[in-house]
Amino acid sequence: MSDFAQLLPLAMLGAVLGLDVVSFPQAMISRPLIAATAAATLLGDPGRGLLVGATLEMFALETLPFGASRYPEWGSAAVVGGSLFAIHGDASPGGLTVAVLAGLMCAWIGGWSMVQLRKLNAALARRRHEAVASGSKRVVEGLQVFGLTADLLRGGALTAITLVAFTPVHRYILGAWGSDARVSRAVVVGIAASVAGAAVWKAVHSAPGARWLLLVGIAVGLALLALR
Amino acid sequence: MTTQVEIPMRTRLAMFVRLLAIQGAWNYETLLGNGVGFCVEPALRLLPGGQNGPAYRAALARQSQYFNAHPYMAAVAVGALARAELEGESPAKIERFRTALCGPLGSVGDRLVWATWLPACSIAALAAFGFGVGTGGVMLVFLGIYNAGHLALRAWGLSAGLDHGMRVASALGGPVLRRGPTHIAQAAALIGGVALPLALDQVIGPGRALFGIVLGGVALGGLVLARLHGRAEGWKIAVVLLVLFVLYSVAR
Repeated sequence: MSDFAQLLPLAMLGAVLGLDVVSFPQAMISRPLIAATAAATLLGDPGRGLLVGATLEMFALETLPFGASRYPEWGSAAVVGGSLFAIHGDASPGGLTVAVLAGLMCAWIGGWSMVQLRKLNAALARRRHEAVASGSKRVVEGLQVFGLTADLLRGGALTAITLVAFTPVHRYILGAWGSDARVSRAVVVGIAASVAGAAVWKAVHSAPGARWLLLVGIAVGLALLALR
Repeated sequence: MTTQVEIPMRTRLAMFVRLLAIQGAWNYETLLGNGVGFCVEPALRLLPGGQNGPAYRAALARQSQYFNAHPYMAAVAVGALARAELEGESPAKIERFRTALCGPLGSVGDRLVWATWLPACSIAALAAFGFGVGTGGVMLVFLGIYNAGHLALRAWGLSAGLDHGMRVASALGGPVLRRGPTHIAQAAALIGGVALPLALDQVIGPGRALFGIVLGGVALGGLVLARLHGRAEGWKIAVVLLVLFVLYSVAR
């Protein structure tokens, strides 16, 4: 990812999607299914984006944005994963595996960056406490605008830096890849589906009858596969 | 002594738009507090003395203190607190009411949105993907269904808060909020069961030759991760496993 003209729109997309995760508007355009597809669409290959997006979405099912808990930041991460697979997808049998791993690592770093931003917001709010306590409209709105702007910049910078850093590593790994295509794809999909299966179970198991509905659903899904 | 104040549609719209950015200054000290002040502010301009009058400044200061709730359900608090301020309730009563709102709005929202609605919509989109729906269709399924619920909940919350003021607790006992999560979880279980094998089949591509082995591995891996619930995060274990697999694939 050395081409600035290619990097700039992806960084801008990462900025907007990073902002959506928590700050504005939380419409979940930052979910991997949407974000990875949007990134790959910018690079002319939405289909590959959807593939990475669906795989990352299986991981994201496990991590829900509960209040003050720490969770991965999927918006910028899915842009990174979707872009890498759209650019280098055919270069090696490990294309999807490495793009998904890059997305997961970026999500981890993104989660950490959100914590730092929240600390920065807290420090600023502490400094302006007296003005807020006196009912200053300018300060209340200023804190809000600062937080939104900083989050936008955080998402953009994270996307740009990880794309620039991961692209040569990604290229090197794909060049040296030794596992065959079947195993490469089976491993990443198997791990993703395991995480998703456990996440669905955790989300529904306390609802009356949901365990049986899940088993019935799996049976129907497998039957539909057998009929294909 | 309270007074009934009419809230113009323009003010309601301004509050709704600001609600979309309620977490803009989220931090570990005041949490949603500044956001609540930011969202209530358009209504406070209707207080006697107008913008920057003493009543306005005192109310804005009160509403910008610590607050915690689910971001969508915070709409209920924003509406109710705006109504309470405009009706001239005493500051002590408003502060007690504000504190009392945090717990219920947090737990109801977490249970309804994060624990069930979001996973259910994600599963529905994975099901669409598994059935071979194209990129635009999958995105439409997810964004359409999710945001129909998301925006409706915020709009309902603001309206309920503005209409009921400090008597808003009755609105929180509605059937959707009480029984909705159970029904959504049941639907998610059924759709999730169908979606996972179909989505797996779509992504696996050249690995289809190993489909049986993968299914067995998924069943075993899913069982282990479900048993580890609360003690380990599956996605972090996945990162470690994928790093090991990448190293193996490069080294061989």
